Amino acid sequence: MKTIQKFLLGLSAGLLLVGCGNTSKDSSNSGAMSSSNAEKVYVPPGEHDEFYAFMSGGYSGNLTVYGLPSGRMLKEIPVFSQFPTNGYGYSEESKAMLNTSFGFIPWGDAHHPDISQTDGVLDGRWIFINENNTPRIARISLTTFETEEIIEIPNSAGNHASSFVTENTEYIVAGTRFAVPNPQKDMPIDEMKGEFKGPLSFISIDQEHGHMNLDFQLNMPGFNYDLAHPGRDKSHGWFFFTSYNTEEAHSMQEVNASQNDKDFIAAVNWKKLAEYVKNGGGTKVAGTYAHNVYDESTMTATTEMKEGVISVDPRNVEGAVYYMPVPKSPHGLDVDPSGQYIIGNGKLSTQLSVYSFDKMMKAIENKDYDGDAYGIPILKFDSVLEGVVDSGGLGPLHTEFDGKGFGYTTFFISSEVVKWKIGTWEVVDRLPSFYSVGHLTIPGGNSRKPFGKYMFSMNKITKDRYLPTGPELEHSAQLYDISGDKMDLLLDFPTHGEPHYAAAIPADLIKSKSKKYYDLEENNHKYAAKSEAATRVERNGNEVHVYATTVRSHFAPDNIEGIKVGDKVYFHITNLEQDFDVPHGFAVIGANTSEILIMPGQTKTITWEPEREGVWPFYCTDFCSALHQEMQGYVRVSGKNSSTKLRWSLDDEWKE
Amino acid sequence: MDLKKMLNCSAIVLSMACLLACNTKGKADTEDKTSKAYLNEVSTSKQGQAFMEDDGNEMNALKLALTSPDHTTLVKAVQEAEVENALVNVGPLTVFAPTNAAFNKIDKATLEDLLKPEHKSALAGILVHHVAPSNYPLKTLQKNVEKNRKLYMADGQYLDVTTQGDDIYIGGTKIIKSVNVSNGWVHIIEEVLLPN
Repeated sequence: MKTIQKFLLGLSAGLLLVGCGNTSKDSSNSGAMSSSNAEKVYVPPGEHDEFYAFMSGGYSGNLTVYGLPSGRMLKEIPVFSQFPTNGYGYSEESKAMLNTSFGFIPWGDAHHPDISQTDGVLDGRWIFINENNTPRIARISLTTFETEEIIEIPNSAGNHASSFVTENTEYIVAGTRFAVPNPQKDMPIDEMKGEFKGPLSFISIDQEHGHMNLDFQLNMPGFNYDLAHPGRDKSHGWFFFTSYNTEEAHSMQEVNASQNDKDFIAAVNWKKLAEYVKNGGGTKVAGTYAHNVYDESTMTATTEMKEGVISVDPRNVEGAVYYMPVPKSPHGLDVDPSGQYIIGNGKLSTQLSVYSFDKMMKAIENKDYDGDAYGIPILKFDSVLEGVVDSGGLGPLHTEFDGKGFGYTTFFISSEVVKWKIGTWEVVDRLPSFYSVGHLTIPGGNSRKPFGKYMFSMNKITKDRYLPTGPELEHSAQLYDISGDKMDLLLDFPTHGEPHYAAAIPADLIKSKSKKYYDLEENNHKYAAKSEAATRVERNGNEVHVYATTVRSHFAPDNIEGIKVGDKVYFHITNLEQDFDVPHGFAVIGANTSEILIMPGQTKTITWEPEREGVWPFYCTDFCSALHQEMQGYVRVSGKNSSTKLRWSLDDEWKE
Repeated sequence: MDLKKMLNCSAIVLSMACLLACNTKGKADTEDKTSKAYLNEVSTSKQGQAFMEDDGNEMNALKLALTSPDHTTLVKAVQEAEVENALVNVGPLTVFAPTNAAFNKIDKATLEDLLKPEHKSALAGILVHHVAPSNYPLKTLQKNVEKNRKLYMADGQYLDVTTQGDDIYIGGTKIIKSVNVSNGWVHIIEEVLLPN
């Protein structure tokens, strides 16, 4: 009864405050304030934004790049999904990126991007992003803005608590949000309790190339591990994961997973575990997973199927794994820039629970336990809790920091962002978000050094924010100025797919390193033709390899004869341009793949299996130059048993 | 007016515009906007691809001309006519670039007259007559002769391509050197090509 009263009180207070927020927003919209806000987000034509923001595309499987403060979309980077815009996942070179132990998977659900760090500060080398459905993690170069590597995570399901980076990019993590039998086996679903597991994976990063290696899996009890963040500075060496469904319900979780008053934060000493594994600890268990790496030199991705993974039983490494109770099915888990405070957001709660790292260490030292869960010690709630942010908002999800002593938390149900003070835990400001905000991002806001000028919220519900576009709407984001005492809503902009989270970085940290074109000299593609003189067509049985080039404004060769119905034609197109922003495209009628977009100096391959006799055109799909419309050619396709000679030409100089 | 003078002049205009902007501070909104628009006009005149910092790129037609001591008159003409951006355009372009000696064949008074601001469009017309859209390496020009193909120039006129021995002539003037640039070809010629 008492709880219900408190809940209702919180609810009405929340509504009141939201109401106030709305009113003040309306009044500021019509006054002088709104015109100065326009200036704050205005980036004049030809000038650059101050920050890059990388938003996950959710069910698009991709990563979209925006400029801040303008909110202009700069690029969509294909990661886990085929992308006909440039041929990613269709071209012969990139197909391997989407291989998994389940076969070729053309789609993924991308969630939480995180930028590499050095000494806890964004370093702009790479950005990582996780895939939830077929558990994977991708690494994207921040020089080429291309996906360079994807590693699958075996023995897991629902890789949501990912892909967060430790402060020297030693490790990134993958979690298990949907507990599963480990190893997988055929068993009754309702015997889940105690039988399912929630492995947490630790992927080590090679500092030179960024290559990912599945170092070990911590075979945790079968709760739903939801979100995570590494410790930093003083808590560096620890990783924290929220979990819900400690009830281990297997059905109707929306009710059954909310029965326990508290769930857990798992505090994991990864340094200790890494040391343990390095010294031969853990057991090699089964697990098949694909590791796909794109080689910039050969411009080709390859897949290595790997077998087996080191599994660590958390009970076997003393002092490495603890649970901390956290109220009401937590979602976000965030660590303040000093590493001292760990914030758990109970999504069915009105409060944030703030844990102290010092208190946690002391409780561990004093063995201040409140029993255990499957042999993992549970630290006493009162011994580790430092404070509570009692905002009156409903449905806290995720927190980031501005580096000036404040935290910013999203509240899904009351649809607002709340600013609060670290240390006193008092609420200092709140503004509505439109509508039902999920995560928010401050550039560097989950690192030791946030760049606390802007914050943006990513909202789940759009409704009337933009011109209507039928039942399906893009999600909305809102940009806030957080440079002053009070937050100021500056801009509303649509996003693509469903951005679950974003990482942002000052543009100056990466823009000068952005690649302009690929050096033809360094193109080691197996089928590259580096000059028109090297172009040719080769037949090998019914496989035909066309070594072609593009340059403004023609293909070489542009006439090909002697192709037969039933052939499989590989068009290997090398773009001979050595100039910034002069890609060429290639498409041929009847191709059941996609076009390809070839960057200057690059070679890409697409296949074509002609089924009809005739003379068929191919052309450049990118408006490359003044004579782009002229950039086309013909392929003559003859009958299966015809004697048409294989020959090719440019400007009527036939070769064979 | 030489380039240096021109730059000095625009610096003066800019600083005047700045002063204007400062003076109007605190005055009515409309006045402020006017001076801003003026400032904008001045500052955007040197925008575009020609003014982009692009270390690492292969040389484009304009950059090549800028680095050539034999083409200072051509560069001056390009700057006077303000056609820099056309020469760095994605093209492809084939530029027939008259040397300083070629320009010196024009009588001095006519040349100086041509470089005056009031003759900007006439000058631009002459320069455009030196550019063929598309890639024309020597080999392709040679084929033009063999196949009796005309050369279409960017100003809409056609030029004849002929050969004498191993030399290729364009509109009657000899190509003495050829350079492949990132946005096409530059062929160095001995005479200025005058449109009909």
